[in-house]
Amino acid sequence: MTANPPASGWTGRSVARVEDAALLTGRGRYMDDLPIAAGTLHAAILRSPHAHAIIRRIDTAKALALPGVTCVLTAEDVCRLSRAMTVGVKADVEAWPIAVERVRYVGEPVAVIVAIDRYVAEDAADLIEVDYETLPAVVDPRAAAEAGAPVLHPSLGGNVINERLFRYGDPEAAFAAAPRRVAVTIDYPRNSGTPIETYGVVAAYDPSDDSYDVTANFQGPFSIHAVVARALNVPGNRMRLRTPLDSGGSFGIKQGVFPYMILLALAARVANRPVKWIEDRLEHLAASVSATNRVTTLAAAVEADGRITALDWDQLEDCGAHLRAPEPATLYRMHGNMTGAYAIRNVAIRNRVVLTNKTPTGLNRGFGGPQMYFALERLMQRIAIELGLDPLDVIRRNLVPAGSFPYRTATGALLDSGDYQAAMARAVLDGGLADLLERQRKARAEGRLYGIGYTAAVEPSVSNMGYITAVLSPAARRKAGPKNGAQATATIGIDPLGAVTVKVASVPQGQGHRTVLAQVVADVLGLKLDAVRVIADVDTGRDAWSIASGNYSSRFAPAVAGAAKLAADRIAEKLKRVAAGQLNVPAEEVELADGRARARANPDNAVSFARVAAAAHWAPGTLPDDVDQTIRETVFWTPEQLIAPDDEDAVNSSLCHGFIFDYCGVEVDRVTGAVRIDRYVTMHDCGRILHPGMVEGQVTGGFAHAVGAALLEEYAYGPDGSFLSGTLADYLIPTVMEVPEPVILHYESPSPFTPLGAKGVGEGNCMSTPVCLANAVADACGFDEVTLPLVPARIADRLAGEERPSREAPAKAAGAEARPGERKLTGEGSAVVAASRQAVWDMLLDPKTLEAVIPGAHGVRKISPTHFLADVTLGVGPVKGRYRAEIELSDLQEPEAVTLSGGTDGALGFGRGSGRITLTEEAPGQTTVRYVYEAAIGGKVASVGGRLLDGAARVVIGQFFKSLAAHAGGKPASAGLLARLRTLLARRQ
Amino acid sequence: MKPAPFDFLRAETLPEALDSLAEAGDEGRVIAGGQSFVPMLAMRLARPAVLVDIMGIAELRGLDRGRGALRVGAGVRQAELASWPDLAETLPLVAAALPYVGHVQTRSRGTVCGSLAHADPSAELPLCLIALGGEVHLRSRKGRRSISAQDFFLGMMATAVAPGEMIEAVSFPLKKKGEGYAFREIARRHGDYAVVACAAVATTTGVRLAVGGVADTPQMRPMPLPGSVDLDDALNDFAWALNSREDLHATARYRRELVRQLGRATIEEAVRCRD
Repeated sequence: MTANPPASGWTGRSVARVEDAALLTGRGRYMDDLPIAAGTLHAAILRSPHAHAIIRRIDTAKALALPGVTCVLTAEDVCRLSRAMTVGVKADVEAWPIAVERVRYVGEPVAVIVAIDRYVAEDAADLIEVDYETLPAVVDPRAAAEAGAPVLHPSLGGNVINERLFRYGDPEAAFAAAPRRVAVTIDYPRNSGTPIETYGVVAAYDPSDDSYDVTANFQGPFSIHAVVARALNVPGNRMRLRTPLDSGGSFGIKQGVFPYMILLALAARVANRPVKWIEDRLEHLAASVSATNRVTTLAAAVEADGRITALDWDQLEDCGAHLRAPEPATLYRMHGNMTGAYAIRNVAIRNRVVLTNKTPTGLNRGFGGPQMYFALERLMQRIAIELGLDPLDVIRRNLVPAGSFPYRTATGALLDSGDYQAAMARAVLDGGLADLLERQRKARAEGRLYGIGYTAAVEPSVSNMGYITAVLSPAARRKAGPKNGAQATATIGIDPLGAVTVKVASVPQGQGHRTVLAQVVADVLGLKLDAVRVIADVDTGRDAWSIASGNYSSRFAPAVAGAAKLAADRIAEKLKRVAAGQLNVPAEEVELADGRARARANPDNAVSFARVAAAAHWAPGTLPDDVDQTIRETVFWTPEQLIAPDDEDAVNSSLCHGFIFDYCGVEVDRVTGAVRIDRYVTMHDCGRILHPGMVEGQVTGGFAHAVGAALLEEYAYGPDGSFLSGTLADYLIPTVMEVPEPVILHYESPSPFTPLGAKGVGEGNCMSTPVCLANAVADACGFDEVTLPLVPARIADRLAGEERPSREAPAKAAGAEARPGERKLTGEGSAVVAASRQAVWDMLLDPKTLEAVIPGAHGVRKISPTHFLADVTLGVGPVKGRYRAEIELSDLQEPEAVTLSGGTDGALGFGRGSGRITLTEEAPGQTTVRYVYEAAIGGKVASVGGRLLDGAARVVIGQFFKSLAAHAGGKPASAGLLARLRTLLARRQ
Repeated sequence: MKPAPFDFLRAETLPEALDSLAEAGDEGRVIAGGQSFVPMLAMRLARPAVLVDIMGIAELRGLDRGRGALRVGAGVRQAELASWPDLAETLPLVAAALPYVGHVQTRSRGTVCGSLAHADPSAELPLCLIALGGEVHLRSRKGRRSISAQDFFLGMMATAVAPGEMIEAVSFPLKKKGEGYAFREIARRHGDYAVVACAAVATTTGVRLAVGGVADTPQMRPMPLPGSVDLDDALNDFAWALNSREDLHATARYRRELVRQLGRATIEEAVRCRD
């Protein structure tokens, strides 16, 4: 393969992006900018503070009574007016867009409030009372897969919703014959693409024909349209879906808006008015979608020279609380590529999908690739280390041989084109590997921690809509009927003045649809770039679309631009036939160039493009017999290579396969554990490059995402399922300060399978870079295993030896240290009270005492001698919330000890705790009150307050016990903190 | 993510603001730059009944270099302080710390006194105030009082500001001859909340180290000079005594180690900078 010749037309050049003028001057038209119909109402969504609980009762009366509130939807309305969403596997579970009977993750919708504006809707949300019976939660996929784990969906009997075994070649024999077996086990964390623009939906319902009209910043695949229409119980033509002109980022995430399309459509129906909802950042982080987290054990059968003869995969995929379409596609997107860039003929795969008390997963840039390559490329490094080989040699010896394309992988992918060895050799040379190795040598000589990592990867693009059926057994697939292909559509219209409009059923998310399609079509029609106008929003009521429509699996350049090329070719052929008559030459002698149709041999014999194009409008009678019209052409293109999975489970999961070879040098700071990327080299073969500047942008963007995944980002959950990274202060995304500029190299092997020879390129670095950085850090630090994200504290703690102990006992404040990720707070303290033990005891059982000592209590109601209810205001500094509190006294050992347990619930979250109080009469009339407490906090405060929560909670709990002691006439046992608390209390009085 | 209802007063004069705060009592809150407070409002973590905007009060907008201290009014934005021409010369510690306070965008809106009132345990300006031994000037309808930095910060997001009271200004003691200052911070990303921040002031006779991001409030201790064998012990004692917080970004052990290492580096730099 050689590089393409220099581009002669528009295509292949970095022309100025048509989109940018509007985007850079604030004229982008995003979801929240679109005009809405007069009378449109606004929705807020009440969400679960609990990871797992039965909903015993929802009381919406107070919310409905608030002026400005139109209606409140609960599961009852949703179940009455719609059907459960289609689930992609055969399993006895129902998936709804709202919690039905129980909540299964923090942030799951519980009620939709529709009001005159969002403010009132949120005021009303605070007034809804939900009675939850909390259940044990399971967060870790391994634990969830075990017998005896809390079960999310009782109808399923367990949490493993799907399991499949695959076998290709003879892996058992290969393992038996191989001299070495090398294995890795990895935990890939949860992360996300985190678009700036969150989800948004405007929905309307027309009762006159039972139809829905929904505008949403949905990105596809439009197969989901079928899921939504079925859920809404209408034929597809009564579910009109429109998308905005511009996108504030998607990266796959916007696919996950579809349950809200259903929910808001139903809200509009109940409200009898259009309803708008824009997701806020907390909602987005807690409850949109994320990539899957995955536990993988991968073993290789290896020859002495590092050649791999077999792979044995065990993948445990965590899809969160519900399996939402198209999941478990993350697990199967890479199925044809489970051997990566390597020629490995024997493969065993065990795939399990497990449900946990976390947010359901969905599309995310890289989709399955990051998880899979993290295991495969960590394994490649381990093979090199364990066999004492150069990691480059191990990669080189296993690459798919040059000259063997198209190459059928063991698991069924048809790798379209490439020369991996040549691309790798060029990357080694042009990227300066020798220099990097020298830098490493020098750094190490100085005692610094410097490592080099490598990754080779195949980047799939243009998903086969049938790959997900690999989740079914061949028998079940036969029964369901074959699913395959990747229909792309493009329409080209020419108006009476000869102006050209291109329409595609894709959705822009930064790929430059309007620029690239204009380049491609202008080249075919011989026009100036600005003569072609591209419309890139989608309207399922009017446009040509199909299930593969939308923007995902990096299909824009290979499939959508390709379809536009075919449509342009088709209309060009007709125009040439029309022009042939006007120019009096045969059609094959006509060329379209410079805005004219002209005779190839005599360019002066020419007629303007507009005149040729206008004939079909103004004088259709003059068209030749073999030309029906030149007004509009729509092309549907699906590649023949994308066949359905066969009975041997061979899955050609994607049409195109780019090649990536990355390497990097990193330095790790011994003290801070910070990872500095010294140089990152990324070689891409993405087929023919349509717009070099945008390819550069895609690679840089993917790289930035990957740096985030590698170094910063994790959706963190406590063991109780509480969501801990609900703000961008805790979910850290990389900024320009954290992302170095990678060295980007190219090698072009045009795809023989796409009309333009292009392949996808936007996702590759999300697959290759996290593991490349991890390999470099492992190399720098001598770690056998590394887990993402590479948080400096984790690295530093591992690098550090024994910590220097304290010479004095650590000072105990009100609470002990919380353990990482634990929301359990513990504390203890004591106070001396100038009263007899019996007097103190009596006081404890007096509701008036509780009223006096509970900070911010508005009224204590005695239910029984040992059971009290109260409304309380709790908080720290300006953070204050109103809660319903319940307090119970138990284990009464009069007059020595009593256990005080309680819980609070409010809009900001919940707390549960208990404290044991013991009374000791040290001297007559002098009693020491000692207390030990344990508390747990969840809900919104846990999601947004992570950094400060433990300290804040300690203050609040401390307040309670201190004031208990103070009320009894006690003197604090120590000053310092107590003095501060007294001041706090004084402020409240 | 919309605030709960509240009354909003854009005060034109200080008495007007003080009257409103006095009437609102515990339910009142001053808003200045709003960079920390508006997100708390939007998330309904804070639900004040009355918000008093003080940015229209001309007399709070001043920077006054007085007897040995720079008095910064409650309406002075962080960016205004950062661009005060004499800052590097007279308040080298604050000059070194300000670039770490949020981002250029938040500094353009956020105020110096607002950062003190918010009392985030990781915030740089409270740390500087503690290290320099500054004073906070409080004002209410009843009168004025000044309170030392040590007594101002009561706990996490808790200060000595009483209901009806507001910060009128803060005084940062100016650099003295023979002193050296240093500031260092480790955060996950530039502009993030400090995992550990250290401020050191070296005088002719000794050195003191203040540490933020570790305990509920910035803490300060006198330290032995570098070169004495005691410094390692003193740093280790300090590291343990801070009873380190633990969160998603750092373990307690990590914070302790950074107190030892970063603390030493900061002290050494401050000593080197003495003139």
